Amino acid sequence: MKYQSQKIAIAYFAVAMALFAVQVLGGLLAGFIYVFPNFLADLVPFSVVRMVHTNALVVWLILGFFGAAYYLVPEEAEREIYSPKIAYLQLIILTVGTLGAVITYVFNLFEGNVVLGLQGREFLEQPLWVKLGIIVAALLFLFNISMTVLKGRKTAITNVLLLGLWGIAIFFLFSLYVPDNLVLDKMYWWYVVHLWVEGVWELVMASILAFLLLKLTGVDREVVEKWVYVIVALALFSGVLGTGHHYYWIGTPKYWTWIGSIFSAMEVVPFFAMVVFAFTMVWKGGRNHPNRAAVLWALGSAVMAFFGAGVWGFLHTLHGINFFTHGTQITAAHGHLAFFGAYVSINLAIITYSIPYLLKREPYNQVLNMVSFWIMNSAMAFMTVVLTFAGVIQTHLQRVNGDYFMDVQDQLSLFYAMRFGAGAIFVIGALLFIYAIFVPRKELISAPSTAPAE
Amino acid sequence: MHTKSAARNIFYGGSLFFLLIFFGLTAHSHYYAKNVSTDETTLTESVAHGKKIWEDKSCVNCHTILGEGAYFAPELGNVWIRFGGNDDEEGAREALKDWMKNQPSGIEGRRQMPQFNLTEAELDNLVDFLKWVSTIDTNGWPPNEAG
Repeated sequence: MKYQSQKIAIAYFAVAMALFAVQVLGGLLAGFIYVFPNFLADLVPFSVVRMVHTNALVVWLILGFFGAAYYLVPEEAEREIYSPKIAYLQLIILTVGTLGAVITYVFNLFEGNVVLGLQGREFLEQPLWVKLGIIVAALLFLFNISMTVLKGRKTAITNVLLLGLWGIAIFFLFSLYVPDNLVLDKMYWWYVVHLWVEGVWELVMASILAFLLLKLTGVDREVVEKWVYVIVALALFSGVLGTGHHYYWIGTPKYWTWIGSIFSAMEVVPFFAMVVFAFTMVWKGGRNHPNRAAVLWALGSAVMAFFGAGVWGFLHTLHGINFFTHGTQITAAHGHLAFFGAYVSINLAIITYSIPYLLKREPYNQVLNMVSFWIMNSAMAFMTVVLTFAGVIQTHLQRVNGDYFMDVQDQLSLFYAMRFGAGAIFVIGALLFIYAIFVPRKELISAPSTAPAE
Repeated sequence: MHTKSAARNIFYGGSLFFLLIFFGLTAHSHYYAKNVSTDETTLTESVAHGKKIWEDKSCVNCHTILGEGAYFAPELGNVWIRFGGNDDEEGAREALKDWMKNQPSGIEGRRQMPQFNLTEAELDNLVDFLKWVSTIDTNGWPPNEAG
């Protein structure tokens, strides 16, 4: 750690990890309800559990992005963060908003109230006051980081990161538009959801990955930055019109079936490029960085994002296939592996890389961290396969044969039981990761004797 | 250095190009959604109120509607048709309202829908909303009545 203000990242990562725990425990509970549907049914309906699961995920990933920015921007711009006070104020606003949203969901407060009540559109359920808080926090962040970058060294990594974070804020504004016409509602809802996760979030991911590879492999900056521009160009060229794969069946024009199929089929390309990028840099770099866990997470993120977002996305993106698979467990399988591979893993990678510097523990034992990597990755891979099989069966019985939804669901119980098992293992891995990150331990293995970190 | 700035310029220029095409097509889709795939003259206050109830109760976190939402409970974009609304309007309305009034079923081993204690008028709003959604031109989706 070269700059004092990088310490801001610790607070962001701490809140993010607390929400990570909430998210996976919420997911575990939701998976349990699939197996034992009467559990808690009168107290906490499934819908509430799911809101906690998805909202906690989105908020902690974004807090992780913010933390990553506060860590890497000083090193890239070669100066302190413009205002640490604003950074902490921003975190307080986001934390209060998140707690407010969770309490509103769980206790069903202010139902129907325009400002205080939940707004039940998927993933955007936050009450209006929380949404406005998020916007204020995002503006504080963008001001703070932009001022830091403008006064310092400008690199491709900060350029792309800032562009991605500006995009997150701008597209979030569409969450405020709730038309009465469901078709319009859905069309602009995807402006937030798709243009986030299949658009600007990929910019954030690519820039964090580039920063990590730069630090971990010692490859020349010129090479890394050229790769970054190529990857994000591929991401947006395919991803923007790829939004069309959500416009097949919601009342939008038929031309989207072709535009969506063609462009979203190419969304696999930037993820493949990230795999090639990551492995080439590690292979070429030749530096044996002592933080092996961070290298593992960086490579793992690229690989799992390629499979989850790329391959599993492609599986059901062509409109002829999607006609049958749309809104089945196939989508659930893809969603889980894509979010884990791309955005959970890149966050855990930057946390794994930066925490030893931030807490002045370098080099420290990362064996537990690496164990948690394999536990989480195996569990998520298993869960994805199980849900994929469930989805294929569901598609055939329900969409081809025309059997009723609940009759089909009853026949999938074995898969849901296995999914719960995979979820339980995943939770163990996640808790182990949090423990390994925040609880200092004595070194168990000797550090490699090669060059120290940059 | 030269190739890096070329890559950067291609990224900025290309992204802007695709964004402009995308915005243009969604502007057309906006017009299409208001005039072709839906009939906004039938989008009454009751339908709009029904949509608000749908959101207030967070229905989308169990059900899907036009295939989007949670996969815990049945698709509702075509529930009006599944309940026979196109043949027997009154019968389907009563059946849907009775269904909601009788939740939760309490049956062991069965997924439970909460009791939302909606008034008669609110139930009608919600049914009007679901009926309106079933009239959207969705390019033929879902493949069958099961949704």
